[in-house]
Amino acid sequence: MDCDRWKEQIETYLDGELPESAMRDLDAHVRSCPSCAAEVLTHVQMKRAIQSAAKRFTPEPAFRNRVQELVAGKQRKRSTPAWQLATATAIFILVVLVAGVSFLRQRSRTEHVFAEIADLHVTTLASNNPVDVISSDRHTVKPWFAGRIPFTFNLPELQNSQFSLVGGRVTYLEQAPGAELIYQVRQHRISVFIFPERFAPRSLPDTSALKRFESFGVLTWAQGGLRYFVIGDAAAADLQGLANLLKAA
Amino acid sequence: MRVSENSQRDSFEQLAMPLFNELYNFARWLAGSREEAEDLVQETYVKALKGFSSFRTGTNFRAWMYRILRNTFLTSRTGLKVSGTVPLDPAAEDLAVTDSATPETIFLTRMNQDLIQEALAEVPVHFREVLLMCDANEMTYQDIADAIGIPIGTVMSRLSRARKALRDILSGKLDRK
Repeated sequence: MDCDRWKEQIETYLDGELPESAMRDLDAHVRSCPSCAAEVLTHVQMKRAIQSAAKRFTPEPAFRNRVQELVAGKQRKRSTPAWQLATATAIFILVVLVAGVSFLRQRSRTEHVFAEIADLHVTTLASNNPVDVISSDRHTVKPWFAGRIPFTFNLPELQNSQFSLVGGRVTYLEQAPGAELIYQVRQHRISVFIFPERFAPRSLPDTSALKRFESFGVLTWAQGGLRYFVIGDAAAADLQGLANLLKAA
Repeated sequence: MRVSENSQRDSFEQLAMPLFNELYNFARWLAGSREEAEDLVQETYVKALKGFSSFRTGTNFRAWMYRILRNTFLTSRTGLKVSGTVPLDPAAEDLAVTDSATPETIFLTRMNQDLIQEALAEVPVHFREVLLMCDANEMTYQDIADAIGIPIGTVMSRLSRARKALRDILSGKLDRK
């Protein structure tokens, strides 16, 4: 057989598809024929090059897992709860985040309000003219506010109490006008701030529990659409006593 | 019933999953994009699992999987486009093959895997698939014939023509360099 006939069989030979006897014959020929040996080498190199280049793409592990689960019959059982779990988790995290942010914002605003109240009280204490209306008579002080602030309020009768009314002034909390009343108990001055409730943060505590803020005691509560703050360095019992009088007014 | 279904799933998984990487690689060469290849492979596995009860033990499972994948591809949008633009003329299968490869071009192309990949992407898909099956995945002619649904003689002639087409493209690329 001439070399052309042998060469026609080389690809089939390298693919391992020649009958066994033909494989042996071609094997023997290649060992004795440099031309056919070179041809075999060329085809081997090409085949290897194709093999190497063709194995180019590998699947993503996640994709493999997905198909594996599909094949194993786990997808339907797992995917829905997993999907629901993921959604529920996402919603939960979102709710917690929103609630957290809202809580922090409210808390931050509450702290801000207390800080303003403390500043107003300190300003009053430091002022040479702490009050605009000087009177110990509630019937003088209350009408004085009429027309100066957009609401009215009741003041307690102080007879037979340790408190005395020093006077009052118009004040502002976050641009909202309100009333500041200054009371005296022994050597301590106590400020009472009254603002419309709608201007106060919703997260403000509505309790008679005393809150300490920058060395002052603060009480706050809502009543009749108004927000009250009692602040001073007097004893907690004194602050509480004044608060009770105001609530009962 | 449940036990039988589970055992069938197990058998299928044991046979099918070892072929996953090569089937994905094959699908990617056919389809082009990752997304399309993933769809193709997933659909192949779903179809194969459904039809596994009709698969006859003892016949060639690998060729069966390739056949499902290939048929799935041919009915896909990309597959329809490809089969519509590449005429599979039976007479052309018997064209004489002339060899344009030289040891030099082979050496050069061996040095440049990217070039071979480019050339592989350029050969018509019916050539590419036989090259992938035979050279990359070392499938037998019988497996390829079963997978494609053509006689073994056609597999042999198509392989020769595919290799020649690839070499021609490579030679052209090397000449331009």
